[in-house]
Amino acid sequence: MNERLAAFLRTDPRDVGCDQAMEILHVYAELVAEDPAAAEELYPGMAVHIRACGPCATDLVGLLEILRSTNLP
Amino acid sequence: MALDDVSARWLADLGATGAVREASQRRLHELLLRVARAEVSRRSAQLGVTGVELDDLAHQAAADAMLAVLGKLATFRGESRFTTWAYKFVMFEVSAKIGRHFWQRPCVSLDAEEWDRLPTVFGFDPVEQSQCGDLLDALRLAVNQELTERQRRVFVALVLNGVPLDALAVELNISRNAIYKTMYDARGKLRAALAAKGYLEVERG
Repeated sequence: MNERLAAFLRTDPRDVGCDQAMEILHVYAELVAEDPAAAEELYPGMAVHIRACGPCATDLVGLLEILRSTNLP
Repeated sequence: MALDDVSARWLADLGATGAVREASQRRLHELLLRVARAEVSRRSAQLGVTGVELDDLAHQAAADAMLAVLGKLATFRGESRFTTWAYKFVMFEVSAKIGRHFWQRPCVSLDAEEWDRLPTVFGFDPVEQSQCGDLLDALRLAVNQELTERQRRVFVALVLNGVPLDALAVELNISRNAIYKTMYDARGKLRAALAAKGYLEVERG
């Protein structure tokens, strides 16, 4: 089985979905910026979702870039 | 939850009246605009626009994020810094605007079904493609036989036609979550169908 197809078909019941991910994105982003492993441990369903959902992952990456930029509070 | 000093100041100033409130709203809008400009610039390749048009999009995203933040101020619980919470809405607005922008110059139609793209979508190399013809046929059959009409429509748009999820949400006038959940359920059905035919290991538990 082609790995990309297998990954696409794989679903994880811990996946929180977009609504909940968008609800806690700011909290999760600060945790990831501090300690990615701890963030995943604390919010496993969020970590699963971010790996599976392109739009939510894009929002997270954008927020992390802002948090890591030095010229914004 | 206890607020950090800076977040508490933001809430106090935005909740004040008169000049204090106006000044804090101006400060907040400036910040949101800076974030929106950074974000649309980061995602400009997806948009295919530059210059004034890109900046206009940043202004729209910042303005809508501002409305969202002010409208939801009472729901901020201090679980993060206030600014992180506020910037989140800029990300959502930029995503929504990019989704809408997609249909201004659509390069795909929702009615098309690009089945020939399936091997490319999943990165099959030519050898894999020749060896996995049966698997791809089984996948196509499962899409046609196992999915509901709505699941099939979403699969075709996202997977075969490459429509971005947020753009599809705009077109179907439903939430990102509704599209994701539809696709999530479809993926589960397709996996079960392929497993039943021996293409995948059957999940335990």
